[in-house]
Amino acid sequence: MKENAQRILANPKFQELVQKRSAFAWTLSIAMLVIYFGFILLVAFGKGFLGTPIGNGVTTWGIPVGLFTIISAFILTGIYVHRANGEFDELNRQIMEESK
Amino acid sequence: MRSLVNRVGAAAVAAGALIPASVHAAAVEGAVQKQATNFSAIVMFLIFVLATLGITYWAARRTKSAKDFYAAGGGITGFQNGLAIAGDYMSAASFLGIAGLVYTSGFDGLIFSVGWLVGWPIILFLVAERLRNLGKYTFADVASYRFQQTPMRTMAACGSLATVTFYLIAQMVGAGKLIQLLFGLDYMWAVVIVGVLMIAYVTFGGMLATTWVQIIKAVLLLSGASFMAFAVLAKFGFSPEAMFATATQVHPKATAIMAPGALITDPISAISLGMALMFGTAGLPHILMRFFTVSDAREARKSVFYATGFIGYFYILTFIIGFGAIVLLLTPDATGAYPFLDAAKLAAAGGKPNPAMIIGGSNMAAIHTAHAVGGDLFFGFISAVAFATILAVVAGLTLAGASAVSHDLYASVIARGRASEHDEIRVSKITTVVIGIISIFLGIAFENQNVAFMVGLAFVIAASANFPVLLMSMFWGRMTTRGAVLGGWIGLVSSVTLLILGPTVWKSVLGNPAAIFPYDNPGAFTIPLSFLAIWFFSITDNSKAAQDEREAYKAQYIRSQTGLGAEGASAH
Repeated sequence: MKENAQRILANPKFQELVQKRSAFAWTLSIAMLVIYFGFILLVAFGKGFLGTPIGNGVTTWGIPVGLFTIISAFILTGIYVHRANGEFDELNRQIMEESK
Repeated sequence: MRSLVNRVGAAAVAAGALIPASVHAAAVEGAVQKQATNFSAIVMFLIFVLATLGITYWAARRTKSAKDFYAAGGGITGFQNGLAIAGDYMSAASFLGIAGLVYTSGFDGLIFSVGWLVGWPIILFLVAERLRNLGKYTFADVASYRFQQTPMRTMAACGSLATVTFYLIAQMVGAGKLIQLLFGLDYMWAVVIVGVLMIAYVTFGGMLATTWVQIIKAVLLLSGASFMAFAVLAKFGFSPEAMFATATQVHPKATAIMAPGALITDPISAISLGMALMFGTAGLPHILMRFFTVSDAREARKSVFYATGFIGYFYILTFIIGFGAIVLLLTPDATGAYPFLDAAKLAAAGGKPNPAMIIGGSNMAAIHTAHAVGGDLFFGFISAVAFATILAVVAGLTLAGASAVSHDLYASVIARGRASEHDEIRVSKITTVVIGIISIFLGIAFENQNVAFMVGLAFVIAASANFPVLLMSMFWGRMTTRGAVLGGWIGLVSSVTLLILGPTVWKSVLGNPAAIFPYDNPGAFTIPLSFLAIWFFSITDNSKAAQDEREAYKAQYIRSQTGLGAEGASAH
């Protein structure tokens, strides 16, 4: 296992995997943090906007903005899982194969 | 139907202002009077209990090794685990509490739902696969991976036990109150029933039974809530606009329910709450344990994806149900009466309805709505599901607490890794019984206390003590035992202290005139403090052991990234 680890570390594909995956994970994390804390700051500072009705109805902008935040959480996880379970896992499989 | 409602009507749950840190636990607080027995709910609950005991019997025959007991043999699929995680997260209090919050304040309910959801993507992106690749049964396995076992495991186990205990007390008291209100059973019986069933599930069926109890409950809760939201929307021709329009007409706050209200006033409170919710989720031991029940990192990722979907969907449903409660409970029925409002209060106000008049308190909003859309039978069903929910969450918590004692304290600290698997499981089972008995007593002792703050406390501890150590152990190669242990303890002690000195405990619970610490939620202070302490006490640690620990990061890093040498599923 120790030799395995050395071979993995030396494999350029490992560096590629780690770099790509962590860049992707951090990008999505920051996207989620921006969306969520954006929503929270709107709640704290932009009450007027969130309480403005859309058109002539009673539904306010707060409703789609809140729903968007919920749905974006789901979509971001979907995007990550799609790429991680496809591209990244394939790369990982190759690394493990080559390091045996 | 009227008679049933009147029976519920005798209940006087102190409505109690919902405080930000505590919506999870706020399901039922204050004194509740015992109701007349509700047979349809009891029969449905008995069916649930029989089915889950059947599953426990099945699970017990398959639970032989420690891996079976702690991690269901690692054979749960991503989809199943997603449901189980969602089940752990959708507690009765979040269902009843958020629907009740929407019913009284409208839009504000959505702010909480969002906060509880957004921790999940972060868990997926940064924690889930590393956790799965490094861990075995508990999050302490990961946090202590390359460190000195005794201090790390002791600290992690204390963090776990503190989180679990506060969460458990809130759930036990909630269960007792809810069962009085819904089934008309004695408080004490309710607490004993929860305790005994939880012991049975966990000691005999381990993680396998606990997971399936959680899955069944999640499916029941999601189906029940879907039906309610569907029925509410159907009344308005599936037009949310029409539903909102009616709601603003009948609610005394009128269009103010469509905008953020008074719940979050200053940005520090808002961000503090957001941080505690987001990072607390990633530090809850009973949730983290679920990642070891799947076969590999691939399934772990899928489980978060499904869980996020189910939880998000569920929160959208509770929002609709809350608005449904406004339109259904605050409008008169065919005879011109308001069956779900307190008749005396209504008469005193000259027949003008107000959400605060709701029978049983605002947390009954979802239950009354079930009654209004589905009649007695559906009311019984939702009552039974609400109770089943508490039972399932309590079982998960107990297993997490028992694992911290048997796997971390007993096997690693006391027996120093020399305990046999058989002994470890035995200790775990004994601990489960002990935790069960202790929580029955705590449930009885706290009967008349306001325990709403306790879930808030659990989240803040999880976010300030468990999460920083866990995250840094996986991401920061220069962390040392000294930094991690001091950081963890500082997070634990500071969050408990500031919570006690804050308005929720110091003012509301202890009855002092003013709080010493101004914020309900100390997360914005204690989480960075813990990270800072980990950093400072690690970089100043020049011991030989610290050097070795930094050296060992490389091997840990490879395993966390690739899954090389990670725990697989056990063969059955």
